[in-house]
Amino acid sequence: MAAGTRLENANPLVYQRSKDRPPSAREEDEAETDPIDHREIFDLIRSINDPEHPLSLEELNVVEPVRVHVNDEESTVTVAFTPTIPHCSMATLIGLSIKVKLLRSLPERFKVDVHITPGTHASEQAVNKQLADKERVAAALENTHLLEVVNQCLSGRL
Amino acid sequence: MIYNLEVNSNCALVINYRVFWFVLGVIDGKYAALDVVEALGTCLTNPEPRTRGRGVQLLSQVLQVSYSILKQKEVEVLTIFYIDRLKDHHLITSHVLQGMKFLSLSPVLPEGLAVATLKALFQEVHVQSLMQSERHSVYSIISNFMETREKELKGLGADFIFGFIQAMDGEKDPRNLLMAFQISREMVTKKYELGAFVEELFEVTSCYFPIDFTPPPNDPHGISQEELILSLRAILASTPRFAEFLLPLLIEKLDSDVQPAKVDSLQTLTACCNDYRKKEVKDFLPALWSSIRREVFQTASEKIESEGLSALQALSTCLSRSVIDSDAEDSLDSFLNNVLQDCKHHLCEPDMKLVWPSAKLLQAAASGSHRATYKITTSVLPLLLEEFNKHTQSSQRWTILGILESFIKLTHKWERDDNPLSAFKDQLCLLVFSALTDSSVQLQIVGTSTLAVLGTQQGDLLHTDTGHHAELCLSAHSAAAMAASVTMSRIHPSAFITRMVPAMTGELSTEPMEVKESRGLLKAPRQRCVQALAAISTHPDVLRHTVPVLLRHLMDIQKGSLCTEVEDAVSACRSLQLVAEQCQVAEESSEYFHQTVVPCLLGLAVRSALQGCGPSILCEEPVIAALGTVISTAYSHTHTQPACRTIARVVSLYLDGDASLLPENDLPSTFQPFQVRHDTSLLVVVLVTLSLSLRLQVGVPQRDRLLGQLLEMCCVSGHRFTYTSAAKCIAGIVNKYPLLMLLADPELGPEAADGFSLLVSDSTDVLNRASHADIRIMYRQRFFTENVPKLVQGFHSAGKDNKSNYLKALSHVMNSLPKQVLMTELPSLLTLLLEALSCSDQVVQLSTLGCLHPLLQEAPQIVSLHVDTLISKLLSLATSPTMKVRIASLQCMHAMTRLPTHVILPHKARTIRALTQPLDDKKRLVRKEAALARGEWFLLGSPGR
Repeated sequence: MAAGTRLENANPLVYQRSKDRPPSAREEDEAETDPIDHREIFDLIRSINDPEHPLSLEELNVVEPVRVHVNDEESTVTVAFTPTIPHCSMATLIGLSIKVKLLRSLPERFKVDVHITPGTHASEQAVNKQLADKERVAAALENTHLLEVVNQCLSGRL
Repeated sequence: MIYNLEVNSNCALVINYRVFWFVLGVIDGKYAALDVVEALGTCLTNPEPRTRGRGVQLLSQVLQVSYSILKQKEVEVLTIFYIDRLKDHHLITSHVLQGMKFLSLSPVLPEGLAVATLKALFQEVHVQSLMQSERHSVYSIISNFMETREKELKGLGADFIFGFIQAMDGEKDPRNLLMAFQISREMVTKKYELGAFVEELFEVTSCYFPIDFTPPPNDPHGISQEELILSLRAILASTPRFAEFLLPLLIEKLDSDVQPAKVDSLQTLTACCNDYRKKEVKDFLPALWSSIRREVFQTASEKIESEGLSALQALSTCLSRSVIDSDAEDSLDSFLNNVLQDCKHHLCEPDMKLVWPSAKLLQAAASGSHRATYKITTSVLPLLLEEFNKHTQSSQRWTILGILESFIKLTHKWERDDNPLSAFKDQLCLLVFSALTDSSVQLQIVGTSTLAVLGTQQGDLLHTDTGHHAELCLSAHSAAAMAASVTMSRIHPSAFITRMVPAMTGELSTEPMEVKESRGLLKAPRQRCVQALAAISTHPDVLRHTVPVLLRHLMDIQKGSLCTEVEDAVSACRSLQLVAEQCQVAEESSEYFHQTVVPCLLGLAVRSALQGCGPSILCEEPVIAALGTVISTAYSHTHTQPACRTIARVVSLYLDGDASLLPENDLPSTFQPFQVRHDTSLLVVVLVTLSLSLRLQVGVPQRDRLLGQLLEMCCVSGHRFTYTSAAKCIAGIVNKYPLLMLLADPELGPEAADGFSLLVSDSTDVLNRASHADIRIMYRQRFFTENVPKLVQGFHSAGKDNKSNYLKALSHVMNSLPKQVLMTELPSLLTLLLEALSCSDQVVQLSTLGCLHPLLQEAPQIVSLHVDTLISKLLSLATSPTMKVRIASLQCMHAMTRLPTHVILPHKARTIRALTQPLDDKKRLVRKEAALARGEWFLLGSPGR
């Protein structure tokens, strides 16, 4: 069984990319206000590259629309992501990429919480703690090497 | 040295992400592909098959991105390595096939390795026990090689086809089947050696026939049943060598009860007949014919019937193509005899039950070739003629005439001298005319359409009885008769001139009998008469005879010598307009209109306006409007010169009463249409239509004087029709005013600027080809080169208030041009564009941003000089009240990140800060652009970009 899981990661299940959201009539209307919704957040992070495969997080099902929650009025965003295997050494890197992407793309008023989908990773708590810690995130981004990898994940598709 | 892969305690391999970057290094050309093999060394030889699998997988992924840049030596080593790996553990096979697929795409694969790969594949791999994607890889490898290594593969001989048949035997997945069918077809069409395996290849593919496949809901692969059917049909019908196996199969499926299988069989049969000859089909003809006949006679489905008929036609064509052996029988002849024998007697059965199906079968068989048409037609026509005369009921005669008509149409297909109809010419004509004079309306209608069909036949089958035809056109059911006349007047103009025109003329000049209300359609024979005259004016010769009749008719109306109504005059004008439309292409005819018809009409109108003694019919509003339309139609397609001459003379007629244009220069009093009290003021409408129909180059003479008069009329006249016409006329004339001059006008300027948009965009209502706007190739480019310098100059010399008009006009013109054309011109306009960004007009802002965007990407050097100003202006537009402006400016901000880094890096911090505000824009579409732009700015000068 465990062997099967590993094999799946070696040759990961690739999910279909969702289509771009077609602009609705409401969105074209100047007068209306469009609240920030979970699909909008998902669109921001779905095209982040996986550090290991030449695929996006969406294609690997690491991020899914149902695991994105947003409350525009209270300015909170919660994203849970699912590493492809429980021992994935990239989990922190993936979380960091999601976090950085959201910090760069959302208004400053938002409090961004990025964590691992409960029960899907061996060192779930450690990773979550690291991602929630502002200081450690900032420190990580000062590490040129790490920043390079994060930027790679955030730049356009290969 | 590069990093080694680490093997963790679980023996599962985690590829260090540095290795991932190293893979990227191969793409960049920093490392050679063989370095990867070296780096993977321990991994590829690891005793644990899964670990080896991971190694091969990584290598295959590297090949995926780098196969096209590999050197020949590398390809050789890698291919031999992969061939060897096929013997390895089955867990590895999937990755090996993946790699082989990419290697098979390499253009530098050394000779011999394609064959070696395939041999190994066929020998080592049992394809059908692989997974779907792996099987797909196998087909891809074969297909790739077939595309580039045809000669080498042919060297394999029949082994290749044998290996392939074994590989695909039992395939179930539709995606793979599509590929397998494609490969099989290529093998046949590209003449690979099939050896002893013809039947095997047929069996391995035909077992899927007929295809019954329902794609799963939400199928992401989008394979349809239709696609599979066509693909399978292509292989089944690809060679006559399959005939002996395929035809029995088709007959079997055709005799089944499954409807789709019948359709598919018939369609496949039709497809086969393209390549088959007598030899292939001969033995199956009786069975095929009886199946097809059964389907057509009995089926309830129209689809099956029509496919059956197509198949029969294809069979007939196929037999006609075959060479007749001197000793053997003519297979087409005997086949058609069979068809005739089985169908002919149905035509004579009194209850007429199977008449139409039999006729359809006969016609399908006949339409196979000229020979078939000749044989069937000569055999069937006498029978039909006899039947027609034998039957007395019109409904039966109607059916037979309908069948006759379709047989006559059939002979049109072949332009040959020996028309099978010629022997029956007289009988056919007699029959048609007896139908025309029959009391049954239905029979008359089929009779006229048969007449039209006959009329298009070569040779003067009938030009004797057009006079009779004139009567028909006036009769109750004129639509079919009119249509017939239109067709026939093209071919027999002289018959129409000598017989029909006089008949019509006579009809026009007689007072109508008292109208019989019971035959409501007959209400206005005169109107139908003028319609018929217009309809037959398809030939310049006919036109010379019909138009004078129409004009004379109008004159008679004007003189009041006929008891007429407004509708008569209007319908005469309509007919003239129709004629004018029909003769657009013929130069001599439009010249005739210009020389004769237009002056005559104007004269008529002017004279009746001046008559003054009571209201003349020609002065009624609808009549005047119709007259105007005739004139404008006549001019909408002529060349500039005659139009110029006419407008000049019309204007002097209107302004000065100069009547030299009119045919009879003897007006009872002076023509002063601009005197408001006068009846003649109505005629302004003629001027309107004329002025509107003129091309742009035609200047209106004495424009200011005319405008003055019109304006006065507009204000003073109390008559609605008159003053609206005058207003339209003003509009028509003003429209030809040079736009550039108007830009400087403080009031009209903004509209004039928008006028430029009208000129350069595709307009649907006025400025298009249909309303005779003269649109020439590259006109936008020429408009640009001619007008832009003037606009720029105008901008610089304009006062503060008007500057924006020039900018607006300029941005409209630039927006309409293809960007590649614009690129050469833009640099010189850049400062102007920057100024336009500060213009408060949103249209200007938007189109300027639209011009800037490509410039940012394609002329970075020039833009770089203005980066400072540009960023400030773009950022301020990013908070514009207009959503589209905000979006466009943010897109430009995004595009700016492609400028040379050293130029924009100093602005990074400021920009990133400024872009936080649009991130919280109330519109989602704006936020999206802001996030994209800001994300790119973050990456500027950062490692890993």
